Amino acid sequence: MSTPKDDSKKKRKSAFSRRGFLQGLGAGTGVLSTGILVAEEAQAAPATPVSGPDAVAITLDINGKIYKATVEPRTTLLDTLRDQLDLTGAKRVCDRGTCGACTIIVDKKVMYSCTILAVDAQGKKIETIEGLAPEGKLHPVSQAFWDHDAQQCGYCTPGFVMASKGFLDRNPNPTYEQVKKGLGGNLCRCGTYVGVRQAVLQAAKNIGGKNA
Amino acid sequence: MERFEYASPSTVKDATALLGPSWNDAQVLAGGTDLISMMKDFVASPKRVVNIKGISELAGILTTRSGLRIGAAVTLDELSMHPLVRSEFPSLITAALGVSSPQIRNMGTVGGDLCQRPRCWYFRSGHGLLAMQDGKSLVPNGENRYHAIFGGAPAYFVSASSLGPALAALGAQVTIASPSGVRSVAVEKFFVTPKTANDREIDLHPNEIVTGIVIPSSAASSKNATYEVRQKEALDWPLATASVALKMSGGKVASARIVMGHVAPTPWAASAAEKSLVGKSIDEASAEKAAEEAVRDAQPLSQNGYKVQLAKVAVKRALLAAAGKA
Repeated sequence: MSTPKDDSKKKRKSAFSRRGFLQGLGAGTGVLSTGILVAEEAQAAPATPVSGPDAVAITLDINGKIYKATVEPRTTLLDTLRDQLDLTGAKRVCDRGTCGACTIIVDKKVMYSCTILAVDAQGKKIETIEGLAPEGKLHPVSQAFWDHDAQQCGYCTPGFVMASKGFLDRNPNPTYEQVKKGLGGNLCRCGTYVGVRQAVLQAAKNIGGKNA
Repeated sequence: MERFEYASPSTVKDATALLGPSWNDAQVLAGGTDLISMMKDFVASPKRVVNIKGISELAGILTTRSGLRIGAAVTLDELSMHPLVRSEFPSLITAALGVSSPQIRNMGTVGGDLCQRPRCWYFRSGHGLLAMQDGKSLVPNGENRYHAIFGGAPAYFVSASSLGPALAALGAQVTIASPSGVRSVAVEKFFVTPKTANDREIDLHPNEIVTGIVIPSSAASSKNATYEVRQKEALDWPLATASVALKMSGGKVASARIVMGHVAPTPWAASAAEKSLVGKSIDEASAEKAAEEAVRDAQPLSQNGYKVQLAKVAVKRALLAAAGKA
């Protein structure tokens, strides 16, 4: 598996950027061969700004707080949360949008943060597992996971809790079958699915009870 | 992942101006569920990524004079929740919900479903669409249990699109924008079997963007359904699917469209089966016979003979579902 650091060393040599272009011009290196940008700048000013590949400053709205970070456009939201913002609840497991351990909620919808670019997440309301217990008191979904022993090693748990919260926000009174389908985007290799589904059904009752 | 430039235009015109003459110059980012993973695996390394999620022209589902227009950036979740799509096009709903991870449905788009690259493990490991090594395809003598049972050499991958077969059966058109204008192509022609390693599996040029789908008004009167056969209920692609659209007249089939998925490099129309149903009513026997016709020309590989039976079952069950007899 590649890490951002590995690639950046390799890639810096052939950087393809406005800055690289200007530097290249000054240093007399052959960056002029980088087609598109040169052609584009010769024409009218492009209507859309192009950023990167060097790092850009971004602002993210996470759990109701504003965070600032500096990331290359290729940096995922997951890596930004974990490596820059110290929000390590979302886990990096498959890093290919298939296991669910990195699940977060973006504009009220569950998503895989490993497969979202951090630059794309600007202007959206992001919820992570850290936002569920602001006062140190467990969210009803987390409490239900505790009560039903819905984890073993626990590595998939933050993703499952967020997927469950997102699911219950849209389906407050689910059936067992709906819970099963609704959590179809998350994997647990310890096989705790039975406990997880019971936890979600209990959480639905508890949340409903509170609102009633 | 290689480094890239990033732009987020707000109009289709600006977006196409940001693309280039080759796939290495720039690629379009919508839901990202395919492109970002391919960039992580160095299967795609564009110098520029153009995010099209901020383009309002690509959003929304609306009824137009030519039919139901579905924006390319509509997510699979939005598609599956749309009341009109739910009432008129159950075949599309089944196909969209078959993408069985809620996260993928919330992120992935209609345009992205059509443009996603094949899941063939040789392609994903860098051997190209034709899975070549030392001038030979790795598929016939290699691991081929999920590969094509139709089409034959030189392409053995299967189209990964979930919506493609359903849209093709409904006679939908893909609208495509480029810097020089807009064109439209039938969904069944949009998917193409590559002849050489440099060909693409869809009729799209590097400087073009899929802007939407139009399902013709006439399709709304069809009885349509999709049936998917899969190994797992969640988080996987189907092994074989069939989408059908039937025009009925007095309880008999006036015309039928039957398109199978995940069995060939493109959604695969079963023309003989379509013809065999004309003038008949749909029941166990006629559906079974059409299903047999649909897989008659299958050419399974060393490990995927089982897919012939799955495709046959998918066709039969899709027909019965469309006729309300499932």
